[in-house]
Amino acid sequence: MVDGILKDYAMDIITLSRLQFAITTLYHYIFVPLTLGLVIIVAVMQTQYVRTGDEKYKRMTKFWGKLFLINFAMGVVTGIVQEFQFGMNWSEYSRFVGDVFGAPLAVEALMAFFIESTFLGLWIFGWDKLPKRVHLASIWIVAIASNISAFWILTANSFMQNPVGYELVVNKTGQVRAQMVDFFALLQNNYLWHQFPHVFVSGLLTGAFFVIAISAYRLARVNNDAEKQIFMSSIRYGFAFGLTAIIFTVWTGHSQAQYLAIHQPMKLAVAEGLWESEDPAGLSLFQIGDEAGRNSLFNIRFPWLLSVLAFDTPSGMVYGINELNEMYREKYSNSAWFFERLNYQAFDGNIEDLQRIYDERYGSFFADADFVPQPLWMTYWSFRAMVGAGTLMAVLALIGLWKTYRGSLIGSQRFLKWLPYAIVLPFLANGTGWLLTELGRQPWIVQGLMRTEQGISLNLGVTELLISLIGFTLLYGVLLVAEFYLLWKFGREGNGEAILKGVDSDTPAKDVSLQGAY
Amino acid sequence: MDYQTLQVIWFLLVTVLFIGFFFLEGFDYGVGILLPFIGKNDVERRVVINTIGPHWDGNEVWLLTAGGAIFAAFPHWYATLFSGFYLALFVILFALIARGVAFEFRSKDDNLLWRKTWDYAIFFGSFVPALLWGVAFANIVRGVPIDANMTYTGDFFGLLNPYALLGGLVTLTLFTLHGAIFLSLKTDGIVRERSEMWAKRIWLPVVILALSFVAYSFVETDLFARDSNIIQVFSVALAVIGLLFVGYNVFLKPRFALAFVGTGVTIVAVVVWLFSGLFPRVMPSTLEGLDLTIYNASSSEYTLGVMTLIALFFVPIVVAYQGWSYWVFRKRVTTSSHLEY
Repeated sequence: MVDGILKDYAMDIITLSRLQFAITTLYHYIFVPLTLGLVIIVAVMQTQYVRTGDEKYKRMTKFWGKLFLINFAMGVVTGIVQEFQFGMNWSEYSRFVGDVFGAPLAVEALMAFFIESTFLGLWIFGWDKLPKRVHLASIWIVAIASNISAFWILTANSFMQNPVGYELVVNKTGQVRAQMVDFFALLQNNYLWHQFPHVFVSGLLTGAFFVIAISAYRLARVNNDAEKQIFMSSIRYGFAFGLTAIIFTVWTGHSQAQYLAIHQPMKLAVAEGLWESEDPAGLSLFQIGDEAGRNSLFNIRFPWLLSVLAFDTPSGMVYGINELNEMYREKYSNSAWFFERLNYQAFDGNIEDLQRIYDERYGSFFADADFVPQPLWMTYWSFRAMVGAGTLMAVLALIGLWKTYRGSLIGSQRFLKWLPYAIVLPFLANGTGWLLTELGRQPWIVQGLMRTEQGISLNLGVTELLISLIGFTLLYGVLLVAEFYLLWKFGREGNGEAILKGVDSDTPAKDVSLQGAY
Repeated sequence: MDYQTLQVIWFLLVTVLFIGFFFLEGFDYGVGILLPFIGKNDVERRVVINTIGPHWDGNEVWLLTAGGAIFAAFPHWYATLFSGFYLALFVILFALIARGVAFEFRSKDDNLLWRKTWDYAIFFGSFVPALLWGVAFANIVRGVPIDANMTYTGDFFGLLNPYALLGGLVTLTLFTLHGAIFLSLKTDGIVRERSEMWAKRIWLPVVILALSFVAYSFVETDLFARDSNIIQVFSVALAVIGLLFVGYNVFLKPRFALAFVGTGVTIVAVVVWLFSGLFPRVMPSTLEGLDLTIYNASSSEYTLGVMTLIALFFVPIVVAYQGWSYWVFRKRVTTSSHLEY
């Protein structure tokens, strides 16, 4: 394909495909962290029930379990789209990395999805069919399997951020791809071991604040002792899990930033809005930047602080956007960097021809290319939103735990009244955290190996993409409304009566008018 | 094991995953399709849904695993198929999303409009994929235009040819029959009676459509023209015997457990027929010499080796605990059962 054609074709298709990926992924990630965290909290509650036999814990398990299930379904079905769209929209990417990237996805399905879905079915329907302890074991198995599935997905994602355990191979016919040479290197990817703990504890944090917010709402309006007992106990769990989780979230987040300073410096520079390299580097608190001119118009900064955060000492070079961009432009200006790295063993054609074809196809993506993740402001502000939300959660959890300890929580009407709004904080932090992770990697789809434009499917049309983009967005919008409605309904009223009696809240509708409905 | 053996193993494994998927998800699509016809009031509909309540999610994972396995073992197959069948897959995804959420949401509010909406989602969410999987597989065996870049060059409407549509009708009706028989086994009373009636009603259309599809395949595909077609002939025969066995156990001597074995055998045999007819190709191209095969579409020897170890370890475990979960919920669901969905 001739240079210009691919480029023209690519722009609309790429923009639409990226938009679709961003929407479906961010949407999927509304539900996932809540699932990962809440299931652990529910499992702990049920453990308490089985250990003590106290009915209070059974009611708590049922109440939070119901909210968990409403959320779980959404996570599952939106996850199918995630697995399919690599092939649908990013088929050239799939060809290039499938040998490495496909494996963790397959293992995830085999090792985690099956367990998760089967044992969740056993848990939902098994309350009176399974022995108590086996039933308890089911929810723990779901909790562990869900988090294992997160591990495998992040193994795959880590390869995009920091490719390891592979070599670039040309086959007989001249196809180039990344081939796995060391499966364990994928599992030992440093990026993974900075990211997974962060995702794990932020899931717990999400679950905790979900419990805190809804419990606070109920406690502010509590009108009977049994209900008060349930939600006091729940909120205590929430604060305890919440504070523990936020401490670890900050800690793992910090270590991740230090990792970025060395391994993905562009992501850090963009997240911090650092235009020029500095030693020691200052930390930007609030900045209005000039994206076209590549500098800042207005910037409030703490001197040295960024170096301290990045290296634990008040000195140390943090590279700026402009210098990194120049370095990359130089390195990637022609395709020599790529062809130096290939393993030609199986190839019996002419290497120069190979390079010429590659340049014809992809040359325009590299010549005069820019290596700055755009839009810059989105990454910069995502980072600030994430850190800001995290800080607020830390403060709220501390105050809450202190008030609970002092026994003054019920009396603090104002605190209880404001606390429910905190439910948006973990979701804000999760979403912006992913934006930062994925936008900060741009323009690469695999860091340092393949640009996003190169990964697009070659057969898509704008019409097809518009249909799927609009279709998914509408469906997701409607489902979100339905999900909020249910969470709101059960969270707010929670069938106070039914839950307190420990019976299930699903009721058959009045049948009469349904006769002949079809 | 050498490279070629590994490639064959993964072809077999993908076949097994699709067998598992169509066998299991087959009846739960059928249950979803029959929901409005067998569940005449809300309690009956809940009974119908609760027969697959603990299982539908686990059944669907067979599809996810098949997708993941194709990605890992045959990246080019995954890339060509998924990008080529873009709109068809979008429609399937759309349907599966609506369906999955519907199971979980429908009974959580007793508003009539709410329940009716989700019931429609379950019906269409089962109907559409049951039809489209047949269309997709018929197209795969028939061959689609794939160019030298391994890229599909046809369009969405090219997939809607008569042969493929007939294939879609076969899976649609076959899954419905499979579901009706499953419901006959898992329910009691009036719901059971209606399920048995539906099994009787749909049997003949399945037989006619299936036989026409086999006949049409002679004309439209090379499924029977391969060098060694013993497996194909044998599996088609088995599929037909399966259907006749179903007929016997539905009409002449009503034993629905055996009838269920019959539809099961038919589904397995059909999948074996199509995959063995493809082998060693995975996506034949209508353009000369550009077939995707297990040899030019596969992952490296190393990746296949690692994945083989993992699969051989986990697949038996999966089968064991899924089997156990069916055992736990083996009792019939009745209107007096505790209904969760």
